[in-house]
Amino acid sequence: MSHYYEEQDLNRFPELGKYRPELYDIFMNYYQEVMAAGALTQREKALIALAVAHAVQCPYCIDAYTRASLESGSNMEEMTEAIHVAAAIRGGATLIHGIQAHNVAAKITI
Amino acid sequence: MVPFAQKLEGLGYLELQAAGVETLQVNLGWRCNQACKHCHFQAGPHRSEQMARETVDEVIRAAARWAIPVMDLTGGAPEVNPHFRYLVDRLYDLGLRLRSRCNLTVLLEPGFEDLPRFFRDRRVELICSLPYYQEDLVDRLRGPGTFLKSLEALRRLNRLGYGEPESDLELHLMYNPAGAYFPPEQEALEQIFRRELEKRYGIRFHCLYTLLNMPIGRFKEYLQRSSNLDMYMGKLAASFNPATVAGLMCRTLISVSWDGRLYDCDFNQALDLPLKEGLPQTIREFDRPILESRRIRLEDHCYGCTAGQGSSCGGRVAGE
Repeated sequence: MSHYYEEQDLNRFPELGKYRPELYDIFMNYYQEVMAAGALTQREKALIALAVAHAVQCPYCIDAYTRASLESGSNMEEMTEAIHVAAAIRGGATLIHGIQAHNVAAKITI
Repeated sequence: MVPFAQKLEGLGYLELQAAGVETLQVNLGWRCNQACKHCHFQAGPHRSEQMARETVDEVIRAAARWAIPVMDLTGGAPEVNPHFRYLVDRLYDLGLRLRSRCNLTVLLEPGFEDLPRFFRDRRVELICSLPYYQEDLVDRLRGPGTFLKSLEALRRLNRLGYGEPESDLELHLMYNPAGAYFPPEQEALEQIFRRELEKRYGIRFHCLYTLLNMPIGRFKEYLQRSSNLDMYMGKLAASFNPATVAGLMCRTLISVSWDGRLYDCDFNQALDLPLKEGLPQTIREFDRPILESRRIRLEDHCYGCTAGQGSSCGGRVAGE
């Protein structure tokens, strides 16, 4: 293994069903139901998934949902904006935890 | 990858048979004022292949004799053939339904500015290439300046009534992806195009057709250069949709090349894969009843027409 992340491993996803296949099947059914068009379009869901993929920094998901976004008609501006939303929420989440640091510091400081 | 013919055998199609000849698609030549990166004919300004007047007359004779319901004119840019207007006039006189595929920018070329009125006066249905509603992507695929020229051509067509909601002057747009990925779901993309083209540029059209890039010609060269060919072919085969087979365009269409030879489709023409042996091979030999029951020549690029929603010169073939 030359890298922990191998591009072709994405196609090996079904191997996860080798053990406890009933859990894999439940997950896949849920996944497919969630990603199908509903109150949100498939295009909107692909953009959300792309943003989340960046937030959780999953290279497989970034690959899959970049393609899915293009294949549902999104453009690079929309995809980049979605990634900025992920970055903004992550950045904001980091900053808001600063209040905890302030609280702790206040508690132990004269 | 399972060979395409074998894939169909698995579905019970020992051979794929035509279901009629509703459309005669006439390729007037490979000369074009553009040189798009995805073109399966590798068309461009440098190409010299053009349908001669004698062949044009053979097309008119066949269309008249066999009363072909739809005449579909393509290229290259069909308009740059010097006999294009002559052909359209004769077919219009015959009362046949006329459809022409237009790259839009040709309508702004010197000597072609009156073409929109020419089309309007002969009730020609137009299918115009516009792969996206943003300049950067269109120009990367079709050449610098193409997008703004395309918008101007569309405005001129709209002003004549083409594409207006209540108008019978049909103006349809043709989308194809700008790379090694599949087209979006046709109806969803049509809604986006309609909203964005109206909001940004005040442009209207009737339908949007989505077309998958066929892995031949310049697009195949791109796939090879970018190391995407294996991935793309694998994805085509994995996305095979049996529901597309009955509606494949080759089942109701015959393609005639600039030199008068007959093919099952435009893609087989690009690959020089003629009709099967024993069938009429040229427009001079055109025989509708024989061609309507012909066996269709299949190769692995046919996966391009059966992937997902399917793909054809009229957009998607089936719902997913």
